[in-house]
Amino acid sequence: MSATRLFYIIVSGILVNNFLMSRFLGICPFLGVSKKVETAFSMGIAVTFVMGMASVVTYIVQYALLEPLGLEYLQTIAFILVIATLVQFVEMVIQKTSPTLYRALGIYLPLITTNCAVLGVTLLNMQYTYNLIESLVNGIAGALGFTLAIVLFAAIREQMEFAPIPESMKGFPIALVSAGLMSLAFLGFQGLVK
Amino acid sequence: MITIKDILVPITVLGGLGLLFGAILAFASAHFAVEKDPRVDQIRAALPGANCGACGYPGCDGLAAAIVAGKAPVNACTVGGLVSAEKIGEIMGVEPEMGEKKVARVLCQGDYGTAIQKYRYVGIKSCSAADALGGGSKACNYGCLGFGDCVKVCPFNAIDLVNGIAVVDENKCTGCTLCVSACPKGIIQMVPQSKRVVILCASLDKGKEVRTYCKVGCIACNICVRKCPQNAIVLENNLAHIIYDKCNNCSECVDKCPTNAIKDYNLAKIRDEDVLVNK
Repeated sequence: MSATRLFYIIVSGILVNNFLMSRFLGICPFLGVSKKVETAFSMGIAVTFVMGMASVVTYIVQYALLEPLGLEYLQTIAFILVIATLVQFVEMVIQKTSPTLYRALGIYLPLITTNCAVLGVTLLNMQYTYNLIESLVNGIAGALGFTLAIVLFAAIREQMEFAPIPESMKGFPIALVSAGLMSLAFLGFQGLVK
Repeated sequence: MITIKDILVPITVLGGLGLLFGAILAFASAHFAVEKDPRVDQIRAALPGANCGACGYPGCDGLAAAIVAGKAPVNACTVGGLVSAEKIGEIMGVEPEMGEKKVARVLCQGDYGTAIQKYRYVGIKSCSAADALGGGSKACNYGCLGFGDCVKVCPFNAIDLVNGIAVVDENKCTGCTLCVSACPKGIIQMVPQSKRVVILCASLDKGKEVRTYCKVGCIACNICVRKCPQNAIVLENNLAHIIYDKCNNCSECVDKCPTNAIKDYNLAKIRDEDVLVNK
């Protein structure tokens, strides 16, 4: 464990193994909340918070509860429980503290519960046997990568509003095509971190 | 060997986790409780709950929130009509101003027997797809294409296809107007339900032309305009229009129309029953 290793995890999480662009996890909010840069950014922040928290809590659940009792096979269901609770908690906090953000995120906030990127990051943490710090860093870096991709994508979609797009390609078709092109661009980072 | 411990421990662990998280959430919901306007729930209960989206808001919850916020009028729900508008008006302390109920009418009678097809359409069974192919297979450019885009979009199953023409069951129609926007020909019109006489044609072609492709189209002969005792019919762009504010359902025009393009819904019911008796 060293600063270099953490740096690798960060670069890997944000660019190389970007959750949206190379792992293809969490596509639902990626398409759903990417119409405006501001809401996309807020969604990214919400996901960052949930992913960071989930990484820490699942680490504790895994190594303080499941492993000593030999219940590793309960990992998935226990982690889902953790994430669902966290999302509910975040939803309550946001509703109380920022009704504007709450309304902007709308249905996609509860949808983080089923966002596979969150479950993905927690399971990957265990798979790579990261320690607590590394898990937290990996969670936050992964979520920042998510935020980066969704904000870039939202900016592209905002520009596309004014582009002369054929009628049949308007809306989701052109969004999916541009998402694919973006993913190809992110392919350029492959091999940057071993 | 599986012992009782192997079953009890996982159950206790998962159950315990669930209980713990539940307790945290219960505490949080009390601590972070947001004062919600109780009127939102009351209004939500007064709405029909069909979530059809005809009001332009995402579902009935969205409309309820918009009404409380003052962004939508109390009668914004066409489906709930006067009943829900009155209830919501009571909750909001406003008198609802409600026009009378309107029902959708498909302005075409040119079924397979009376209207001529200009080609045989074998593509996707959808009006908008057919419309994209030279305006559909009907020789008339203003006719019902009969693939039922309106039938598919109607949340209340109020529209049926009868011999290639969409027919609205006015008892089931709630006036949500979803079909009006679904029709690629734009020939579905909202007509006040009390107005029983409707000109069921939308063709703007000249009378001579209409005669070549449809037996029941408006040929702009001007007879109904002259015969109407209320002067409620006007001719515009080769098509007769009823001014519903003036019409008093006398149905004088119905029999005078040489092509039977005007339908009297007063009689529609009786005729249907006759058919049943004859069978």
